[in-house]
Amino acid sequence: MPKGIRDKVAILGMGCSKFGERWDMDASDLMVEAYAEALADAGIETKQIDAAWLATAIEEQHVGKSAVPLAVALRLPFIPVTRVENYCASGTEAFRGAVYAVASGAADIALALGVEKLKDTGYGGLPQRGRGTLNNMTWPNLSAPGSFAQLAAAYRAKHGSAPQDLKQAMAHISVKSHDNGARNPKAHLRNRITIDTVLNAPMVAEPLGLYDCCGVSDGAACAIVTTPDIARGLGKRDVIAVKALQLAVSNGVEAQHNSWDGSYLATTRIAAKRAYHEAGIEKPREEINLIEVHDCFSVTELVTMEDLHISPEGTAIRDVLDGFYDSDGTVPCQIDGGLKCFGHPIGASGLRMIYEMYLQMQGRAGERQRKDLPRIGLTHNVGGFPHQNVCSISIIGSHGS
Amino acid sequence: MTIGILSSGAYIPRLRLARRAIAEIHSWLNPALKGQGKGERAMCNWDEDPVTMAVEAARDALTGRDRSSTTALHFASTTFPFLDRLNAGIVAAALDLPDEASSLDIAATQRAATSALAAALASAGETLIVAAEQRRAKAASPIEMAAGDGAAAIVVGDGEPIARLLARATQTADFVDHYRTAESTYDYQWEERWIRDAGYLRIVPPVIGRCLDRAGLKAADVNTFCMPAVLPKVANAVAKAAGIPDAAVRDNLHAECGETGAAHPLVMLVAALETAKPGDRILVVGFGQGADALLFEVTEAIARQPERLGVKGHLARRREETNYAKFLAFNDTMEIERGMRAEVDKLTPLSAMWRNRETVTSFIGGRCKVCGTLQFPKSRFCVNPNCNALDSQEPHSFADKIGRINSYTADRLTYSPSPPACYGMIQFEDGGRWMMDFTDIDADQLAVGQAMRMMFRIKDIDTRRGFRRYFWKAAPATPEAGRA
Repeated sequence: MPKGIRDKVAILGMGCSKFGERWDMDASDLMVEAYAEALADAGIETKQIDAAWLATAIEEQHVGKSAVPLAVALRLPFIPVTRVENYCASGTEAFRGAVYAVASGAADIALALGVEKLKDTGYGGLPQRGRGTLNNMTWPNLSAPGSFAQLAAAYRAKHGSAPQDLKQAMAHISVKSHDNGARNPKAHLRNRITIDTVLNAPMVAEPLGLYDCCGVSDGAACAIVTTPDIARGLGKRDVIAVKALQLAVSNGVEAQHNSWDGSYLATTRIAAKRAYHEAGIEKPREEINLIEVHDCFSVTELVTMEDLHISPEGTAIRDVLDGFYDSDGTVPCQIDGGLKCFGHPIGASGLRMIYEMYLQMQGRAGERQRKDLPRIGLTHNVGGFPHQNVCSISIIGSHGS
Repeated sequence: MTIGILSSGAYIPRLRLARRAIAEIHSWLNPALKGQGKGERAMCNWDEDPVTMAVEAARDALTGRDRSSTTALHFASTTFPFLDRLNAGIVAAALDLPDEASSLDIAATQRAATSALAAALASAGETLIVAAEQRRAKAASPIEMAAGDGAAAIVVGDGEPIARLLARATQTADFVDHYRTAESTYDYQWEERWIRDAGYLRIVPPVIGRCLDRAGLKAADVNTFCMPAVLPKVANAVAKAAGIPDAAVRDNLHAECGETGAAHPLVMLVAALETAKPGDRILVVGFGQGADALLFEVTEAIARQPERLGVKGHLARRREETNYAKFLAFNDTMEIERGMRAEVDKLTPLSAMWRNRETVTSFIGGRCKVCGTLQFPKSRFCVNPNCNALDSQEPHSFADKIGRINSYTADRLTYSPSPPACYGMIQFEDGGRWMMDFTDIDADQLAVGQAMRMMFRIKDIDTRRGFRRYFWKAAPATPEAGRA
């Protein structure tokens, strides 16, 4: 078993643009907005960065291929820059690249930046697009809500949950995220809603209504990472370190083999176990103080509470309705509004989650700041479809804790 | 060695458009339509066409039969989706017929199917004749009301026939009651009274007479007369002129299906076989630029045919459609706003389609010879996590399996020509699963555990290049589940 990444890399600075319908901004403007904040936060100059990673998922809608758009936007001085794409886990993938570079000693200071400019399609929702030559011939023309909605059907069938109970818990999740987003000045959606708003909304993909779906946003987020020693040398106290970075990728079992029942994310369960091992966490429900998960849809957040081994299987509805994951609950989930309300510029989302952890752990989260500063936080992305996806998990915490 | 019909089958699309829905819309323009607004006509779903209907009719006819004995496939239609690409070749691939079987498209006349049947009966080997039609019609035209979409299939050859051929006759006459050219989308038709008096009544009776003479029988010996004709009472008038008892005239399925064009002689013949008794003499006629007449005698073997849906079962597999706008949209008769999501390029790389023809057209997956796991698609490494053997899979067909819904949704966001797009994970009990489009299902029928059968359908239409590609979809398995 490899030793892993625990406490080998520190976060030196972070930045995040405002998310939303940024009609007046190109992707390069959004990159600069996030980067300028991170650079100031890190207290370094561009020339001190040894290597950089760019995350975009739907690059054909904005910057096009390669890492060149990042190098050009930030005028990076001919350093190694790599573009990564791994569905909605792309942002965390960029972070993983930068963190691994520092941990290996190949770079002293590395940059991870994720960006997505989605609001140039001419219509709402994620861009309609092909799935690859052969997949186009055999896959349904599935949308993101249409694929994740199926978790609900399988979850109900497995646990015998009444449709109205599941829908009620899903509505609670969305109302909670809107409450949280309202306290976040960078969030895309800042309006409060009620349970009735959710339940009476138009149907998008049975049983997901409009308010069960996250926003489609423009935005960028970035992290500058280094070693804990260099961070201290640059004057950082209370260093925030990376405890674990894990990735699990479907290999076709869920899509083709009947061992998966469709009610959960197989990748999340595996990635979570590996991440807890890497971070030295034994009882996640007790040891983790804050979580940011991939709430692309309310039902995704609900099943993820079980897949992260925080709610025992079959009990997420109860935990959600009990307020366990509310901003004043035991383990707040999406205290910044989540994908649902902070927004979901795909390449930026994983880094946005880490940004929130970083702010909360330093007591810099403003109106939404958790009173007891979180010590251990978990972020989670899932990209693709429940039956075939990429799941990334990061665990962040005070160095040495 | 007896030449005759070895098996029969049919396919009628599940959707039935109420004719009053057409009549109500157009009676301001043509009040005469109001009187025709009775009954219903079969209409293709957006993802059906003559090729998909032919595949389903053929599968029906091939129920319980060994497909490897098929030596030829004749496909008759005047509405082939492809003008230069063997339509029968698509059907043969979907049916996974032997590569060495010959295949042939027979077109350009309303008697294409009877001519194909006659040719097959005159040749050696076992021939699958399939006829399918989806006639295009201008809005408010009489043919829009009278036509119906449908298909039928007949297997002929040496063996133990359910009906043996007694005699046949034919005549060619360049009688142009209607026509359609490469440049025209819709039929152009001459006066109905002339078609009846100078066409049917002059051309058909002598052909019937010659056919009966060859069989050494009299007209009164015919007890089932399949005479397709859109015009009312024409079949009875032809029977009278030929001396066939009026009681022998088969109903032309106008009330519940409509006239299925070139497929109609076979649709009527298959329907007649479904109620036939040994000894019955069935005369079937095809009319169009002349006429074909074929006389069959039903044998004892008819009682031993395995169960199939046929015309009767497919008519029972029915969902009423009262929304005429859907019919216009499905047939592209009206230009409608489909939204920007419909603009995604649907280009089919033909090289990739050919390379993956077993997966895409024949719905063949793999069976691992090491662990026995069934999987779709077939792949180099076995998907079973406890096996993962390399190059261990032999071809295994999923087309005739029943699967069950494992998860589902009704998606109103994604582009579909008929929203909501219903799809989900289909799981096969003996192994294998795939995330598939559903078809012929209503959103309120979606349930985990619902049994689904596989159907060959249009997957995508590339409007930019006029191409369409096909794949398999899941539909409710039983007539009951299909809202019979």
